[in-house]
Amino acid sequence: MTSAIEVAQLVLNGIMAGAILSAPAIGFTAIYAVLRFPNFAVASHMTVGAFAGYVANVDLHWPLLPSAIVAFAIAGLTGVVSDMVALRSLRSVGLIAATIASVALTIALENLVRLAFGNSLRDYDLPIQRDWRFIGLRVGPQQLQDLAISAAAVLALFGFLSFTRLGRAMRAVADNPVLASIRGIDTQRIGHLVNFTAMGMAGLGGMLLGLDTSIDPLTGFRAILAIFAAAVLGGLGSIPGAVLGALVIGVAEELSQLALPPDYRTVVGFLAILLVLSFKPSGILGLRT
Amino acid sequence: MLTYLVTMSVTAGLYALMALGVNLTWGMTGMVNLGLAGFFAVGGYTTALLTKSGAAIPVGVLAGGAVAAATGAIVALVTARLRADYLAIVTLGFSESIRIAASNEIWLTNGSDGIAGIPGPWRGTISPLQFNLLFLTIVVLVLVAVFALLHRLGVAPFGRVLRAIRDDEDVAAVAGKHVLVFKVKAFALGAAVLGVAGALYAHATSFIAPDIFAPLLTLNIILALVAGGVGNNAGAVLGAVLIVALLEGTRFAAPLLGFLSPAQIAAARELLIAVLLLALLRVLPGGILPERAGGTARRYTSVHKS
Repeated sequence: MTSAIEVAQLVLNGIMAGAILSAPAIGFTAIYAVLRFPNFAVASHMTVGAFAGYVANVDLHWPLLPSAIVAFAIAGLTGVVSDMVALRSLRSVGLIAATIASVALTIALENLVRLAFGNSLRDYDLPIQRDWRFIGLRVGPQQLQDLAISAAAVLALFGFLSFTRLGRAMRAVADNPVLASIRGIDTQRIGHLVNFTAMGMAGLGGMLLGLDTSIDPLTGFRAILAIFAAAVLGGLGSIPGAVLGALVIGVAEELSQLALPPDYRTVVGFLAILLVLSFKPSGILGLRT
Repeated sequence: MLTYLVTMSVTAGLYALMALGVNLTWGMTGMVNLGLAGFFAVGGYTTALLTKSGAAIPVGVLAGGAVAAATGAIVALVTARLRADYLAIVTLGFSESIRIAASNEIWLTNGSDGIAGIPGPWRGTISPLQFNLLFLTIVVLVLVAVFALLHRLGVAPFGRVLRAIRDDEDVAAVAGKHVLVFKVKAFALGAAVLGVAGALYAHATSFIAPDIFAPLLTLNIILALVAGGVGNNAGAVLGAVLIVALLEGTRFAAPLLGFLSPAQIAAARELLIAVLLLALLRVLPGGILPERAGGTARRYTSVHKS
């Protein structure tokens, strides 16, 4: 029998994992909301961010926080440039062309990283810390730090979208691009901005994911099912939905270990997608179908 | 060298078969399939398990097609009423889940070590070259049969309804066509072709493992189809032959890149495929043999609207 403490521990781990997952899930859903296509290249931008953070942290000996900012910035810049080079002109051709191009882009970027860094697993340079214990539960100080960084980034993004002129313009384009452009919003500039922010979040998420374990060129791709699941569960295009979806998927993946071998965690995401699409395709907080 | 050329032709034939299967769902019906490697895997594992426990090879291949078709029908049922991007997400998720299941269900699939010793027709009693020639004949025959079937379907009322659904689902529905049924049928049939290709692959090489069904396979086939011309069956076959020639050609370029490690060379090849697809989508969106009837440009844009 599983004890209540064990279940509580899994839920706690799930919330931690979900908080990290919410950054790339926001990226995926934000691009969907504004540019209206599923951009699978979120996966490779997570990898790009993870390696950018690695170079800052291990090669340049920067502390964690500045390294995380590097991960965000490099992944964000890569997002803007790769969109301009590979995806932007295809969006006018159609949804499927842009979607397929994003798969090709993700494999291209992933292999650029592999070309530069090889396939081996790499670890960040972090102090080893003892887990904290309270009422029988274990928490790693590192995990708490990851959670804090992720939560801060998500809150900053919410603040940006709610209180700044640019953030409101971004939401306007997401709601109705034609109306927004009539009102004088530069939709192209907003496109760059959303790519930078979304892929930056993905890059940050990639690094946070790698802090817990280690990184390799497939770091982003391995998380892709969970990210889709979080975004679809919360409702494609809804940013609060992506956060909620990520937390649910994180907890569900952990709890699945009670019944399934650990490698099946990723399949939980796929099952969640099937369930949501069968019963409530618009997701928990989504409006559009 | 001859054996190598024959083996390469078998691969090209299987790629062509897969491209035809994808063309039915994507080119004709407008349903994207980013998880085609998953259906290929379902076909391969089905026949591997059946024939290793004593079933005849043709039975295994047909069963592989049937199981893949059933899986395809389920995937299509879940997503058929939603926008095309959901299908992209679900199919990609499907193929990854299949790969994870194949790596973990060791009792069934022998995990990441894969299944070896899958029987092939008269393997062992004839020389390897003879075996490959025999298999090439089988693949070409299957390819011709599938090509003829799909061509027939394409000009039949069934094919016209599929194209109508692709161009405008609502109009097709207003015209009294049961859109969901047609979509599920088309997707299942496309998955069946992929499953048969996977089954033939298993018998040709005698070995399957989860690694073979990586997303790169999906990308290769989509590249073949985009290069040849989406919506055109002859284009699908032509594209497949070109892609296999290109993939094999880069193998010979590898010694020239002696300063790179094997892992880096593999990465460079994958990079090349991905970049080529991106360039093709942009420069030659209709492919080498665009779909006839009604003007390529108009057709193409309509394929890609959700």
